[in-house]
Amino acid sequence: MSLKPFQTLDAVAVPIAQPNLDTDQILPARYLQKPRSNNFGEYLFRDLRFRKDSSEDPEFVLNKPAYRNGQIIVAERNFGCGSSREHAVWALYDYGFRAVIAPSFGDIFSSNALKNGLLPIVLPEAIVSEMLAAVQAAPGSRIKVDLAEQTIVAPAGAVHSFDIDPFAKHCLLNGLDELDYTLSLLEHVAEFEQRLDRAQS
Amino acid sequence: MDMSKTPRTMFEKIWSRHRIMERPDGQVLLYVDRHLIQDGSAPAFEMLRQRGITPRAPHRTFATPDHYVPTDSRDLAVIADVEKRNMANALMQDAARAGIKFFGLDDPRQGILHVVGPEQGLSWPGSVIVCGDSHTSTHGALGALAFGIGATEVCQVLAAQSLWQRKPKTMRISVEGQLAPGVSAKDVILAIIAKIGAAGATGHVIEYAGSTITGLSMEGRLTVCNMSIEAGARAGLIAPDDTTFAYLAGRPFSPAGRDWEQAIAQWRTLPSDAGASFDREVTLDASEIEPMVTWGTSPEDAVPITGRVPDPDAESDVRKREVMLRALSYMGLVPGTPMTDITVDRVFIGSCTNGRIEDLRRAAAVVDGRKVAPGVEAWVVPGSGLVKAQAEAEGLDRIFKEAGFQWRYAGCSMCLGTNGEVGAPGERCASTTNRNFVGRQGTGVRTHLLSPEMAAAAAVTGRLTDIRKLTAGRAE
Repeated sequence: MSLKPFQTLDAVAVPIAQPNLDTDQILPARYLQKPRSNNFGEYLFRDLRFRKDSSEDPEFVLNKPAYRNGQIIVAERNFGCGSSREHAVWALYDYGFRAVIAPSFGDIFSSNALKNGLLPIVLPEAIVSEMLAAVQAAPGSRIKVDLAEQTIVAPAGAVHSFDIDPFAKHCLLNGLDELDYTLSLLEHVAEFEQRLDRAQS
Repeated sequence: MDMSKTPRTMFEKIWSRHRIMERPDGQVLLYVDRHLIQDGSAPAFEMLRQRGITPRAPHRTFATPDHYVPTDSRDLAVIADVEKRNMANALMQDAARAGIKFFGLDDPRQGILHVVGPEQGLSWPGSVIVCGDSHTSTHGALGALAFGIGATEVCQVLAAQSLWQRKPKTMRISVEGQLAPGVSAKDVILAIIAKIGAAGATGHVIEYAGSTITGLSMEGRLTVCNMSIEAGARAGLIAPDDTTFAYLAGRPFSPAGRDWEQAIAQWRTLPSDAGASFDREVTLDASEIEPMVTWGTSPEDAVPITGRVPDPDAESDVRKREVMLRALSYMGLVPGTPMTDITVDRVFIGSCTNGRIEDLRRAAAVVDGRKVAPGVEAWVVPGSGLVKAQAEAEGLDRIFKEAGFQWRYAGCSMCLGTNGEVGAPGERCASTTNRNFVGRQGTGVRTHLLSPEMAAAAAVTGRLTDIRKLTAGRAE
């Protein structure tokens, strides 16, 4: 199975100024039964984006014209905490997001993101706060991401480097799927299982 | 250096025993002993089918539906939403096709996976357990390395019975001393999360230790480990001891006979060695923990029931003040209000956090001889069919029903409302669940997390109530 490769990105950044933004808010539970063939982008931040009468809330950041084509989120600490629902990542991806920059992520969200072509970028809190303020002050500001170089260029031009697991990077850059790799190693799993069976018999 | 002499943590021991291989970037392929699957697993099975793969180790996989099942009926046909019904049916079909043991709605062993696993003796000390649900951390109470995974990882485990993981850091949280009357495991974990924050243990595996933790019953320990994820930790562990072994003895899937003796001998080697070092250490004094309740929209927003709704004006950090204001606006609360002045519309007792028999016993003891306050809708949703049967054998159902509670069938129900059981916008719910997130129990529903006895107290008074005021003069 292959994903779209992720190499570089130069896109509008959307500020989401809310710490502990949980996956229930990213993708409310009432859409979890939808098959993957759905466009989960429609349900992204559903209760934040839409009012009770299903009209768009003009106050929500994604509904502001300058941010509509955003592909990068600048967030606060613990983005994607809570439920393990991979649908939260599908919703962000289907909407068009390809990267989220935050001081920290929920561990399961981060793992899910890397498997679906969404790049979670961890930077120090002070840098992210500054970036958040910058994209809030100048709606439509762009951020550049270079995955091979592991750098991002903030709206003001400052360059920051970020860490990523080398293997996840390799998979993202080439649009590869981790499972194919794992399936090529099943003989090691089988050997382990034989040792386990011997130990238990 | 002789590695065998280096003191190791319990986590380290379990990790190294399940290490199949390491890849060049340092991630380890970890063998999975038990894979628990629920009715949210359809997307993972679909991924598997697309590749033409069948599950590798069906005998290591166990299934029961909990997220989409109704709790007012045992008939899937009553699920009006066809997509929700499909989820519950898909699990049954996928399990049958693969030869995976399945506890359906006609089986008293059905229930919330994190209640069923320990109850059936499926959750063994020293094992690696995964499930496509973040509250898999629950099983760590028995000394298992247990954590939640996403759909792609569920597919991977079905296909390869193993998972790539970067070794997490370790954090030991030691709670020492005697808990005061009216204070239980739920208060301990809420106090821990309030102290370290919702991201306090991100990237870590927690080991809970200290006399307070070892003094908890198995069910209390399950409550504590359940909410590890609410502190950011994918997994939380408690060293297995005689309490653990007594709990596991004789359960259907526990080792038996000669295997049992061997298992115990092996499990006794699991606890962290004296002198083992942790990346972080946190300590709490049990005597300072009061009955806790949340006021906001993150589990870290917990205060003692004797406290007040916090005042954003007292917060010097502008960002934090904005977050508090937003939470208070959602929750419909005025700063400075005593927590005990907050009235409730709903009470929910259940979930993988607090849906076990001891939880129901403690709640029933408060409810006994009292009535649910007028205008309050109160539900008890047992964590499994066996918990329900046990409660009925003890007459707890009568106590709840006579007081005006709804006594329902097992499932996740209003903890997250995937089955459609949700509150109405603006309703305020005192809930024994694990998340008070915006919209978690229904769009616009306001959730206050608390212990089962505190939830019972809220049901009979119609407001958040200090349990110690209600039990004064009553035998515990």
